Amino acid sequence: MVEELLKIRDLSVAYSSMGSPPLRAVDHISLALNPGEVIGVLGESGSGKSTLALSILRLLAAGGRYESGEVVFRGRNLLALSESELREVRGKEMSMISQDPALSLNPVMRVGAQIAEVLRAHMGLSQRGVNARLEELLRSVGFDPPSQIATAYPHQLSGGQRQRIAITQAIACNPALVIADEPTSKLDAGLQSEILALLTEIRRRHGTTLVVISHDPTIFAGFADRMIVMYAGRIVEEGKTRDIFRAPMHPYTRALVQLSQRYFVGNVASRARFPIISGEPPGLSRHDAGCRFEPRCPDRMPVCAATDPQEVIAEPHRRVSCFKYDS
Amino acid sequence: MTANPGVAGPPAPRLRVCGLSKNYARRTGIGRKSLSIAAVHDVSFEIQTGKTFALVGRSGSGKSTVARCVARLESPDAGQIFFGGTDIAPLGGRDLRSFRTEIQMIFQDAVTSMNPRFSAEQVIEEPMLIQGLLSKNDRRNRIMDLMREVGLPLERIDGLATNFSGGQQQRLAIARALSVRPKLLVLDEALSALDLSSEAQIVNLLLDLQQVYSLGYLFISHDLSLVARLADEVAVISAGQIVEQGLTAQVIANPTHPQTVELLAPARSFQRSYSEMLGAAE
Amino acid sequence: MKYLGRRLARAFLLLLGVSALCFLFSEMAPGSFFDELRLNPQISPETIAALRVRYGLDQSLAVRYLRWMAAAARGDLGYSIAYNSPVAPLLWTRAKNTLLLTATATLLTWLIAVPLGVFSAASRGRLLDKAVAVGSSLLISIPEIVIAIALLALAVRTRLVPVGGMRSVSSEELSTWTAVKDVGQHMLLPTAVLVLASIAVVERHIRAAVVEVLQAPYIKTARGLGISRGRLLFRHVLPVAANPGISLFGFSLATLLSGSLLVEVVTGWPGLGPLLLDATLSRDLYLVIGGLMFSAVFMVAGNLIADLLLMASDPRIRAGEPDAN
Repeated sequence: MVEELLKIRDLSVAYSSMGSPPLRAVDHISLALNPGEVIGVLGESGSGKSTLALSILRLLAAGGRYESGEVVFRGRNLLALSESELREVRGKEMSMISQDPALSLNPVMRVGAQIAEVLRAHMGLSQRGVNARLEELLRSVGFDPPSQIATAYPHQLSGGQRQRIAITQAIACNPALVIADEPTSKLDAGLQSEILALLTEIRRRHGTTLVVISHDPTIFAGFADRMIVMYAGRIVEEGKTRDIFRAPMHPYTRALVQLSQRYFVGNVASRARFPIISGEPPGLSRHDAGCRFEPRCPDRMPVCAATDPQEVIAEPHRRVSCFKYDS
Repeated sequence: MTANPGVAGPPAPRLRVCGLSKNYARRTGIGRKSLSIAAVHDVSFEIQTGKTFALVGRSGSGKSTVARCVARLESPDAGQIFFGGTDIAPLGGRDLRSFRTEIQMIFQDAVTSMNPRFSAEQVIEEPMLIQGLLSKNDRRNRIMDLMREVGLPLERIDGLATNFSGGQQQRLAIARALSVRPKLLVLDEALSALDLSSEAQIVNLLLDLQQVYSLGYLFISHDLSLVARLADEVAVISAGQIVEQGLTAQVIANPTHPQTVELLAPARSFQRSYSEMLGAAE
Repeated sequence: MKYLGRRLARAFLLLLGVSALCFLFSEMAPGSFFDELRLNPQISPETIAALRVRYGLDQSLAVRYLRWMAAAARGDLGYSIAYNSPVAPLLWTRAKNTLLLTATATLLTWLIAVPLGVFSAASRGRLLDKAVAVGSSLLISIPEIVIAIALLALAVRTRLVPVGGMRSVSSEELSTWTAVKDVGQHMLLPTAVLVLASIAVVERHIRAAVVEVLQAPYIKTARGLGISRGRLLFRHVLPVAANPGISLFGFSLATLLSGSLLVEVVTGWPGLGPLLLDATLSRDLYLVIGGLMFSAVFMVAGNLIADLLLMASDPRIRAGEPDAN
C-alpha cells in the first residue's frame, strides 16, 4: 500500500452572497490521490468540479467558505496552514493550470519573466540559475530555441503556445501534484491532443500526480488512470477509467459515456439524433430529499425521490451512489 | 451574371458562394479598437434548402471570415454570394432588410450579443421590433411559442438572459434568430463553449428545427467529429483555402489532406482507446 | 513612431481648433474693452477709434485671426490693452506662479493618494480600507470652494500661516533661503486646498484599478503559484493597474494650468487665475485668448505625455492591439 499523496476528507464548500441562500458547490466529498497517478474529474458545468480544484489550493473566490472537512497533503491539513506556510506549498509542491490560457497569463509581463517568478519564489536560485532552468524548462515543453519565446508577451502567442507556457509555470518547480482545470477545452482539436501528450510526458518523466478536470469524458480515455464523476457537488461514481467506460454503473455516468460516442465518426448515420441527458443540472442552493439526479434519471425508482442514496463500494476500487447497487 | 432567376431548371440553391476571396484586412475604428480578419482565397460551396454545410478549420484559418461575408458583415474582395439566386452584394434598402431577416447568425458567446439588462422576452422580441413585425400581443404569443419550441421554461420569460446557463443562452439565441423566420442559420462555433450534455441537447434541437422549417445551416467549427454527425457536406479550410471538400461520409471515410487527418485525430484516438478498453475486458 | 506622429498631428489640429473657437466666441461675446471708455466724456470718439486701429480691432475677424496666428507662431500672443504690455511675458510671469502651486499640489496629491489607493485595495474590506472610504467620500462631497473658505477662515483665526499673496512685504530684504521659506509658507494654504480637493478622486481611481486587477484570473494563477504578497502586488498587479492611473495622471498634468484658477482667486495667489478673471471682466481680448491657449497647450501636452507613458507601460498598446484591457 502506497502512502497517499493527498487525502480529502468530508470536504464541503459553499459560496454565499448577500441576499441569496448559500450555494454548496462541494458537498461532503472524500477522495484520495496516490503518487504518480492521473485522475480525471468528470462533470457538467455547475457540478462543482472547478470549486473542488480551487478548494484544494485554497484559492476560492470571494464568498467561498469551507463548511467541513480537511485536505491533507503529505500529512499536513492545508486548510489549517497559515498564508505563508501555504505559499511554500503553492507552486512548489502543488500547482494549477487553468482553463483559459488567454486569461491566466499576465498581459504586461514577458512570459519568460512570469515563469522565472515561480522559480525565484521557491528555488532559491541565482539569476544565472534561474535563466538556465528557464531555458531547460521551455525546451522540455517543446519550445526550441527557447530564447525567442521567453521575451514574448502573451498577446504575441497562439492559444496553444500560451497553454504550454501556463503548463511550464505550473511544473517549473517540479511539484508533486498538478491540477488542470479544463486544460484543453478552449483549444482546437489538434492542439488538444498535443497538450494531453505533453501532460502525459510530464507525468512519465517526473512521476507527477495529475488531477485533470473536464466535461468531456473522451479526453480521459487512454490518459487518466482513474475517474471520478461529479454531479451537483457530489461524487456519484469513482472507478478505473477502463471500468468506467466499459461498464458505467451510475445512470449519469452511463449517459455521459454515451454522449462521448458522438466522437465515433464514420459508423453512425449522419444526422442521427444524439443521445442526451434531458434537463439541466440542479441549482446548488437547496436540495430536496432524494437523489439529485433523480429528475433526469432514466432508471429512477420510487425510492430515489424520497431518500438520498448512500455510497456503496460496488467492486474493489469502485464506488457509486445509486440505489440500483444498494444491496 | 451567373445566376438568372428567370432560367428554368432545378431551383436555385439556398446559398451559393463562388470564388470568395478576402484579403487580410485590419480595420481601425473608433477608440483604437481594431478587428483583424483572416484572409480567405477562392472559397466556393452551395447549401441547398434544408441542408447543412460545415466549414471546418483551426482558429485563424479564415472560416469565420467566410461566415461574416455570407451574412454581409464583410464585403468580399472577389467572388460572389447568391442567396436564393440573388447576388447579395448590390442589395440595399428593403431588399437588404429582408435579406437580414432571412439569414441569422449565432455565435459561440451568444450572451455577449444580448443586452445584459434584457429579459428573455426582450431578447427574443428585439429582432421583431426592429423589423416592425406583429402587434404587441401577437409578439408575446410568438415569444412564448418560440420559447416552448427551443425548450426554454416559460416561467423564465422575465428572467435576465445573463442568469441563464450556457445551454439556455444558446437556446435563447436560437429563439431570437427564429423570431424573424429565417431561411439560413450561420452557426459560428455556436456549440464550442458548451459542455457535452448541453451540446447534445442543442444538436438535437437544431436537427428538429431543420426538419420543421427546412432551415439551411452553415456550420462553422473546429470540431470535425461533431459536424461530421450533422452536415451533409463538409469543407476543410486551412490558411484561407479549402483543402478538402465533399460529402461528409466520403471525407470522413477517406481523408486525403493532412489537415483533415489532424482535425480527426482526437476522435480517432478516442475511438482507439475506447476499443482498447473494451478489448481489455474480454 | 508612426503612432507618435499621428498624435502630434492631432494635437496640432486641436490647438488650431481651440484658437479658432476662442476668436469666434470672443467676437460673439457682448461688449468690448472700449465700452467703458466711450462712457467717459473726456475721451473723444476719435481717440477711441485711433485706439481701435492701434490694437487692430478695426479689422475683420478673419484678418485678426490670421494675424494673430502668424504672430503666435513667433511666440507673440498680442497686446494687452489693460496692462499696456505684450501678452506673452505677462502670462508667463503669472503662469510660473500657477505652475509652482499646482505642480506642488499635484505631486503631493499623488504621493499620498497612490499608496492610499493601493493599500486600501490590497486590504479590501478591512479597517484601513473602510476608513479611507469614509474619508474620501467626505472630501468628494465637499465642494472645492467650501474647502477653500474653511481653510481660509482657519488660517485667519489661528494665524498659523500667512493668507493672501505669495511673498511677505519685506521679502526683498530676505536671504535666498528665507525667501524660499517665505514663499513656501504662503503656498501652504492654496496647496492644502488643492490637495484636499483632488486627493479623494485620485485615491478612488487607483483603488478601483487595483481592485479590478486583483480579481483578474492571472493574479489568481500567480497566487496559486506561491508568489509572495508583496511581489504579487508590486510586480504583478501594479504594472497592469497603472494604465487607468496613467490616463488620470495625464489628465491632472493637463489641468495643471487651469485647475487652480478658482482657488487662486479665493486665496489671493498671484497666478493666472486673478489675471484671467480681471481680463475677462474688462474684456481684455488678447489676454483672455492667450490664457486660454496656454491652458490648451497644457491640456494637449498632458494627454500626449499620458499616451507616451501608456506606450511605455503596456506592450499591447505598443503593438496596437485591439483591446488593451
